[in-house]
Amino acid sequence: MTVKYLWSIFFLSLHAMVPITLTAVGEVVSETAGLFDIGLEGILLLSAFTGALGAEAGGWILGILVGIGTGLVVGLFFGLVNAYWKGNQLITGVGINLFALGFVAFGLQALGTPGFHSVPRVAQLPKVPTPVGGLSPIVFVALFLPFLIHWVLFRTRVGLWIRAVGENPEAADVAGVPVELVQLLSTAFGAALAGLAGAYMSVAWMGSVTKEIAAGRGFIALATVVFSGLNPLLTLAGGFIFGFFDSLATWISNIPGVKEVVPWQFISMTPYVVTLLVVTGVIGRVRFPKALGIPYRRE
Amino acid sequence: MKRVKSSLWSILESVVAGILGLAVAGLILKAWGYSPTAAYVALVRASFTDLYGFAGALANATPLILTAITFAIGARAGLFNIGAEGQLYMGALAAIAASLFRLPAGIHLIVALVFAAVAGVLWSLVPAILRATRGVSEVISTIMFNWIGHFLALFLVANVLVDPYRGEKTISAALTSRFPILIRGTDLSYGIFLSVAFALFVYFLLWHTVVGYEMRAAGANPDAARYGGVQSRRVVVLVFALGGIAAGLAGATQSLGRPPTYAVYSGLPQIANLGFDGIGVAMIGRNHPLGIIAAAIFYGGLQAGARLMQMTAGVPLEMVRVVQGVIVLALALPELLRIFRGLGRRLWRPRSLGEGGEG
Repeated sequence: MTVKYLWSIFFLSLHAMVPITLTAVGEVVSETAGLFDIGLEGILLLSAFTGALGAEAGGWILGILVGIGTGLVVGLFFGLVNAYWKGNQLITGVGINLFALGFVAFGLQALGTPGFHSVPRVAQLPKVPTPVGGLSPIVFVALFLPFLIHWVLFRTRVGLWIRAVGENPEAADVAGVPVELVQLLSTAFGAALAGLAGAYMSVAWMGSVTKEIAAGRGFIALATVVFSGLNPLLTLAGGFIFGFFDSLATWISNIPGVKEVVPWQFISMTPYVVTLLVVTGVIGRVRFPKALGIPYRRE
Repeated sequence: MKRVKSSLWSILESVVAGILGLAVAGLILKAWGYSPTAAYVALVRASFTDLYGFAGALANATPLILTAITFAIGARAGLFNIGAEGQLYMGALAAIAASLFRLPAGIHLIVALVFAAVAGVLWSLVPAILRATRGVSEVISTIMFNWIGHFLALFLVANVLVDPYRGEKTISAALTSRFPILIRGTDLSYGIFLSVAFALFVYFLLWHTVVGYEMRAAGANPDAARYGGVQSRRVVVLVFALGGIAAGLAGATQSLGRPPTYAVYSGLPQIANLGFDGIGVAMIGRNHPLGIIAAAIFYGGLQAGARLMQMTAGVPLEMVRVVQGVIVLALALPELLRIFRGLGRRLWRPRSLGEGGEG
């Protein structure tokens, strides 16, 4: 009984971890290349919406692909504006967030379901059964990707390019690395992972879309990136910490008596409080690429 | 002269971005099967062609001017303070909390405004201190505080300030603490004067005082400002506190100045997103208090018109925020106009003569 209970907490946390870890590990790649994307929140929201529509039109495979594609398109736009046109990364990110907020609310209203749109069960990504409960296949993707990305970043030539571009774009440029192209592709890759995370939320995890579906997760992912110090493997730990506190609210309401003592609003606050505490705790101990956030202009 | 030219240039950029925003949103409307022309005619007619509509635009602009100022002061000082949203919730509720006491009219309003301003400052204090002492990115801390504030506000509405007869809302602001209505039959209250006065005060502060100079110096070149003796910690806390005052007051203009109920509802429908919209308004107004007033009236007008647009053209009113998003994206493009200029040159001149190049 108790063991089963612990498993269910663990699985809930894993499911809540996925969007954070996927988004954060993608942003690790983008920030390693020097681009700081605060539009992740908007990408999560947009792709949760488009992913749900895709799933309804052609099943979960299409839904996931549409979600990834949405992230990719936004990421290519972000990369084009910032890697090539040397735009303002923060403003572009805010613009993406505002646009997403408006577009998804508009879309939900236009579908005739203001506020809430549920994805039919048949269009949802089914869970993999295990002896102790169902697990979404995307969980495995999220657990595996940080290792793959770690290997690429630190063991391959492509990874060397990405790191060089973020650390010292002038030197990378002199060495013949196409700085802008590497930045564009890195940030687009990161955004595509955020797109996958968004589609996962609507098509696999929650089975519905609301205006608030992202719920600050894009920014929690940014905090996780700070926590990780750009080490892809640490996005697993950061994501799990958040996932644990995110699911806290779900299971704590099952414990009789607790709800009467602690109002639910305070339980819902904890992931955000914990995120802030974690970021405050690690600040100063992590080092970021020198050229992060600074547009590269060839002299 | 140079300053005049550069501000004209900024205005032109915002106008071009505005047109771009409306055009792209028009394409999205078309893609969803709506008529952009019908939508835009309704949008503009509702708010910019008659007095009552324009009063609605000003009523919507009232909180937006203030939340935009929150962002703009930060941006001028090199800080990306996106915490107006949470600070505004706290301000709106603190202003309501002042109605737990009885006070004479006039004084009561002032006390409520002080409550709101203090609540806004308190809510901005932790991100400010974390930034000043530990260097925690304000992008992350302010967003976390927005969410913490969101849930705290839901709690306060449902449990602390709840109307004993109607559980879905707070108690209504006392008659003595409300902003008087400026034009009968509209939502426009004297709050607009507070907003405009605060914007003018910030303009004066930034460009005509030593403190303001220090803030702008910190934003323009942090290292040089430090060598010049500007204490960056003090500036950071000051910038956040001023922003908190503005956002707190923005909340008060909503809970004390919006008929008919003068209360905050559960789910925060009338105050949600005013902080984020303020960021967009600040950017359209180029982080300049005067630009912000104009941009807030523009955006407030779109919001006011959106209701009529939804009724007559059937277009969801959320479309307006799509327009805003595209405008901000357009403004993120550096030297937006230079791109246009470059395009124009290429179109109008033969290739061989076009080597004048981009300056």
